[in-house]
Parts: sequence; structure tokens; C-alpha cells
Amino acid sequence: MDSATTSQVQLTVNGKPVTLELDTRTSLLDMLREHLGLTGTKKGCNQGACGACTVLVNNRSVNACLTLAAMCQGASVTTIEGISENGRLHPLQEAFIRHDAMQCGYCTPGQIMSGIACIQAGETYSAHAVREFMSGNLCRCGAYQNIVAAVLEVAEQAGGRR
Amino acid sequence: MSRLIGEPLPRVDAPLKVTGRATYAAEHRLPDLAHAVIISAAVGKGRILEIDSRRALGEPGVLAVISHLNTARLPYRPHKGWIDPTVGERLHVLQDDFVRHWGQPVAVVVAETLEQAEHASHLVGIRYEAEAPSFTVPDGESIEPQGGYPANYSRGDADQALATAEHRVDCTYLIPRENHNPIEPHATIAQWDGQRLTVWDKTQFPTNVAEELAAVFGLERANVHLICPFVGGAFGTSLRTWPHTTLAALAARHVGRPVKLVLTRKQMYFGTGYRPETWQRVRLGAHSTGELTALKHEGIAETSRYEHYIEGLLNAPRFMYSCPHVTTSYRLVPQDVHTPTYMRAPGAASGMFALECAMDELAHELRIDPVELRLRNEPKIDESRNVPFSSRSLVQCLRTGAERIRWHRRRAEPGALREGHWLVGLGVASATYHTLRNTASARVRLRPDGTAVIETAAADMGPGTYTSLTQIACDELGLPPEKVQVVIGDSNLPRVPPHGGSQTLSSVGSAVLAACLAARSARQERAHSGAIAGSEIVATETSQPGDATKRYSMHAFGAVFAEVMVDVDLGIVRLAHMVGVYAAGRIVNPRLAHSQAIGGMVGGVGMALLEETHIDRRDGRITNANLAEYLVPTNADIPVFDAVFLDEHDPHVNPLGVKGIGELSYVGVAAAIANAVFNATGKRIRDLPITLEKLL
Ligand code: FES
Ligand code: FES
Repeated sequence: MDSATTSQVQLTVNGKPVTLELDTRTSLLDMLREHLGLTGTKKGCNQGACGACTVLVNNRSVNACLTLAAMCQGASVTTIEGISENGRLHPLQEAFIRHDAMQCGYCTPGQIMSGIACIQAGETYSAHAVREFMSGNLCRCGAYQNIVAAVLEVAEQAGGRR
Repeated sequence: MSRLIGEPLPRVDAPLKVTGRATYAAEHRLPDLAHAVIISAAVGKGRILEIDSRRALGEPGVLAVISHLNTARLPYRPHKGWIDPTVGERLHVLQDDFVRHWGQPVAVVVAETLEQAEHASHLVGIRYEAEAPSFTVPDGESIEPQGGYPANYSRGDADQALATAEHRVDCTYLIPRENHNPIEPHATIAQWDGQRLTVWDKTQFPTNVAEELAAVFGLERANVHLICPFVGGAFGTSLRTWPHTTLAALAARHVGRPVKLVLTRKQMYFGTGYRPETWQRVRLGAHSTGELTALKHEGIAETSRYEHYIEGLLNAPRFMYSCPHVTTSYRLVPQDVHTPTYMRAPGAASGMFALECAMDELAHELRIDPVELRLRNEPKIDESRNVPFSSRSLVQCLRTGAERIRWHRRRAEPGALREGHWLVGLGVASATYHTLRNTASARVRLRPDGTAVIETAAADMGPGTYTSLTQIACDELGLPPEKVQVVIGDSNLPRVPPHGGSQTLSSVGSAVLAACLAARSARQERAHSGAIAGSEIVATETSQPGDATKRYSMHAFGAVFAEVMVDVDLGIVRLAHMVGVYAAGRIVNPRLAHSQAIGGMVGGVGMALLEETHIDRRDGRITNANLAEYLVPTNADIPVFDAVFLDEHDPHVNPLGVKGIGELSYVGVAAAIANAVFNATGKRIRDLPITLEKLL
């Protein structure tokens, strides 16, 4: 393999256009963390097994560690840093605080991004559905029931507004 | 000012955590940062014959391949941190050609980028002379542990009492090795400035990292600075300073640039500790009315060949229940592995699993309700030391829990409760963990603008140190939380014990309390003397435990109740409900305490049903060193748990009256689940985890 190969990647990250010259081996996760300094997205396993790296690519949740940055040409990427508006927290961020849906906080950004995807996908008709949808996001601190409560609460509020 | 202690103040660092602005060890940004990747030994024991770095060094961006062949001998001055085993010596990395365990670091590749370093690490050719490593727990040659927990304990004559007991149980329990697996991997960024070293390293024990690196590199302690404001879970794995921290510093010195080194998930199984595999045999003798007459508890645990890791495996059996004749014996079997370490509820989680399962077996044998059996054996004092308990509310925990889970539904006969395809079972276990307190210091700065800063070298791996210290300071200083800032995770701050063993609040909290009192009186003095306000008031205090530990036996207690459903045909175990009732002294923040307790219970579910490190005994490799095959509980595994704290006032443990809940909430869970599975199926699973093939 010619390891020196680089390619230019143009994409949108949290609404801002970004152009980077990247090693083709660079994952979306390492692009965010090492090249853009967006360390809110976490690396837990680098193998698609923990969900700590969950971000939205074109509004769909993906494991950034399993996604090559070069595959995101032209894509729109949303990370934990991009979900609050004008300094106002996203309702799910607020709900996570209210329900104390965290301890160490390391899985938290990934949980919140998955939670947003869960609500968008309408997989919130029961606690069971939320638990299933959110099971790709490990929380070793064991905050699961509080995470489910936070997601359900925000889903309910969103449903109420509809 | 209303009192904040006892209030459910939201986690003060939660806004940082939900926005991704809490920065963990690998996330500090430095200019000119190079990336290091460890190459791990691919034999379980042996010697390195050759390291061929030529191809790797020919790759673009590669700065160095560091091994014992091209690095200087490090001073490795003697250093025993609080959390290092008394017997033995830490692994000295890259100092010789010996391989002591599979996965031991044998070289480090440093490159401009992570991708380059990772790629080059695969191009380094290493030849070994391999030997067969040995894994002989529990039958191999054992040694008596020294330097802490007693190898042997006895009161009365347990053998004689067992021989003459009306009823006996005699059971053997196996617990496999378990790995902490916090979601944040271990990571270190190291930067040198001449003889000064700064590290951003994931740790539960900030001052020890600085002290150990000073010893390893032969530096002045004052020249090493550790910074670690956030810890992404640890559960014990970040108490010690492991070889990768030294390697990061070594690599940074070698290339003359700051270096970042992050362990892969796989590497987290080969060098950062684990809960040791244990074998336990419990023999109980009892009257037909349930009173224990004899208790004999033996335990054997694995350790490495170069260090003897010991833990309080057999502490609880000595005081948990009233019993005149008790013997415990604790042995270690050294193997070709890296050293085990403290993992959440070290010792107690394993020891109480065996004891509480054996109590359930005895209850079944005697046809006495398992809750009732425990009540009948409630001791008046700690019979192992002949001193009273500072407080002990196990009876209330058992009664409250029985009510909350509706224990009256339980049938003594296994398999009697059924819902369609599911057998339903209820199980109970007691929990306990000793209340630790050690000398700790803290500094308070009262600023002229009316705010206060609390500084102490504590850590917060998730329980909420930032929040609880804020609450303590607010109450003492009469300030609202917005005006108090807590600064921790820095080795230059006042010294405290490790953030582990549930001792942070009891130790550091007491120090913060003392420092706040001192600051307050300094403020008053200044007001009386009419001195000009306007400068900062600084008070540093050290808080030491008194002699109360001599006069009292200090422990937190709890009771865990599990309700399980087992598929009749498939043997699948589903957790229907779990109740944990805890008496742990004062609860400083019920919201965070609840999170910590349900977290401990989730951890216990992992121990009961999922977790097991598989070692290939032919060569020592771990075959499930990843999060897809080493199973931990997922969201779908966990229903809503009920965690309750009883009011308990204990004036003896420490000035705050807190006992800690981090360890306690992990204890007893696996036993309660195993006992519930028996109640559902009539099958005793005495080797964890309880997987479906064992139930078929
Ligand atoms: S880091 Fe991507 S799934 Fe774990
Ligand atoms: S909050 Fe620590 S892993 Fe989820």
C-alpha cells in the first residue's frame, strides 16, 4: 500500500464548509478529533462496538470510527458541538442534565447523537424500543435508565408540539 | 443560605459533558504533537531475538521505533504508591529482552500522524524465542499473600464445628477474570521541557502519576506535573500508573517533541489490570433453626509472577454474620500474566458472591426463607474484632428491599412461579463494603469578588466529586454553587488518597470541610481586626482519620433483590427487576448517588450474566479482547432499577458521616441474580457468568 496517499476532502461540519488534505486512511473520527479539534466526539473502541463516536452524516447516525473521512466528500456532518443553537442547549442535552443521564460523561456525546437519531426515527413509542435503538451505545457507568428517561421525555415534548 | 448537602443538585460539570467540552486525557491540544503506537508482544513468555525496524523507518512520517535495543536504561528508583502491591516490582518497560506476558509492550513507533504510526507498527519485524506460559489457577503452586490481607484467619474451631453441625453446605465457586473496560481508553500526552515533564494522563490518582514518573526517570518530584481534569470511567484501572504512561514520556524524550499515546481497546486487556480469576470454597454449618455454627471460606486468586496483587477477598465472611467458628484462608497462584488490580468493589464483589450464594444454599437446605436466615444471623458486634459497628443497618435494608420487590410472591420451591414461557425467580443477597478514610488535604481561596475556589488533587471518574465538593463548600462558606469553583485532577494541588475504594468523599470531603472552616475563621478574624479587605484569603488544611477505626468496625451495608425470568426451553436469563437498598451514612447528593448506585448494579449484572475474559492457555493471548466479544451490559439488558438509600446517621466514620456507595452498589448483585436463577430453575450456577448453555 502506498501509505503516503492523501486526498482532498470537502464537506460541511456543523454547518461550516471544511476543506482538508487528508491521509486516505484517516477515519471520520480521527478527522474530527485530530484535524479539526472537535474532541466532543469520542473514541472508545475504534471498532464499531461502543457507539462513543456516533455522529450524524446527512442526518443519519453513523459510527465515525468505521467511516473513512474520504467517503464523506460533500456530506454534511453534525457532531455534539453542532447541536446547540446560539448557545442554547438542544432539548436532549437539557434532558440529559435533568435526568443525570451520565456519570463519567465519556459516552454521553455519542448517546445524545444516537438519542437524536432515535427520536427522528420515531423509535420512541416505548421504553423497550428506545432501549433497543440505543443498544449500540455502551455506557460502562450504567446510566441506561436515565438515558432512556431523557430520550422518552424529549420525544414526548416533540410529539406534543407536532 | 439553604443547606445543599443532601440536596439533588444537578451535576455541576454536566453542561460540559453534554456539549463535548469536557476534555479527557487524549484531548489536550499541543503544537507539534507526534503520535505513538505500542507494539505488543505476540508470545506469552520468552525472549526477543530480533527487532527489525528498517521497513517501518522507511515509511513517510515515521520518527522512531523505540525498543530495548535503542533506549537508555531508566533509573526506576524504588517507588511504592498506595495502590502498588507490597510484594514485587512493577514491569520495567523496554529495559531488557524478556517477555513476561502476552501483549507486553516491546516497542513503540512514533510518527507525525496516527495513521503513519499505526501502519508502521505493522511493519516492524520481531522474532521471539517463545516458551510455554503457565496458567494454573487454582491448582498450581500457591503462595501465602503478604503485606495486607491475612493469609489465614480463625476464631473457634471451624473444622470441629463443621464435623458436628446439624446441617452443612459445601460449595465451590468460580469467577473468571473480568476487565474494567471504561469507555475512555487509557491515554497519555507527554511533553518535556529540559528536565521538566508534563503529562496529561488518564488517572484516578494524580499525585502518584507524578511521583512514579519522577522515580522512573530519576527526576525531582517538583519537575513532574500531571493534569487530568476528566476521567472517562475507570473503575480501578486508572489507580496505578501503567507502563504506557512511562512509554509516552520515553517516546517524547526520544523524539524531542510532545507525544500522544492512546491504548487500543485490545491493549486495554494486556497491561492495565483486571479483576483476578478466583476459586472459592465455602463450607457452612448450621442448626436447623438457621443459626450458623461454622464458616470456612477458602479463596485462591491469580496474580503475576512479578507482583503479588492482594485484595479483601475474604474480609466480609469474618464479620458479616454471627458465627462462633470461622476460618478463612487466602492464597495466590502466580502465573505468566500481567498484574491484576483493583476493580470496582475489589475483593468484596468476588468474596460476597460466594458467601451470599452459600447462604442461599443453606436457606434452601434448611427450608428457611433466605431473608429470614440472614436476619437470624445478624451479629450484635463485629465478632472478628470484638468491637461494635459504627452503624449497621443491614436488617432494615433487607426488610425494605423485601417490601419493595414484593418478596412475599416468592415460593420456596424452585420453578413454582411461571409466566407463559418464562420461569420467574426471586433472589436476595446482602452487600457490604468497608468505609475507608485516609489523610487528605485541600485548599480554599476566598476571592475578593466573593467567589471561592476549592483546590485538591482529587479526581472524578464519574461519581460526581466536582458536585459533592461544591455542595460541601457552599454549605460551609455560605455561597451559592455558581460562586464556588472546584479544581481537581492536578498533581500540584494538595495531596489526597487515590480516587478509589469509595473514600473520596470521606477523605477529601473532610479535608474540604476543614479548609472551608479555616477560611471562614480567617475571614472573621480579618473582619474583626479591621484589616483591609481586598486580598485573597487562602486556607489549606489536612484532615486525618482519628482513632475511631480502632474503636469501631466501619462498613456500609445493603441488600440486593433480583427478579429474573428464565426461558423454559432456551435458558435465556432476563432481568425483570432489581432493587438495591443501601445504608451508607449520609447521602450528600441523592441524584448523583442514585446514578452511582444503578451504575454499580449494572456492573454487577455484567459480572453475573456476561463478563468473562477468555485466555488461550496455550500461549496466553486473550481471545475476546474487544467490546464485541467481551460482553458488557447494553441498554437493552437493563430494566429500570430501584435504588434506595436509608437514612443512616453515623457520627464515627468521618466528619461528614458518609460511607461511600461506589463499591457497595456492585456487591451482592451477582449473588442475588444467581440465587434468583436458582429460584426460577432449581439450577445452581456456581461459575460465572450465568450463560444459557449452563442452564440447558
Ligand atoms: S469508537 Fe466507534 S464504535 Fe467505538
Ligand atoms: S457515562 Fe461513563 S460510560 Fe456512560
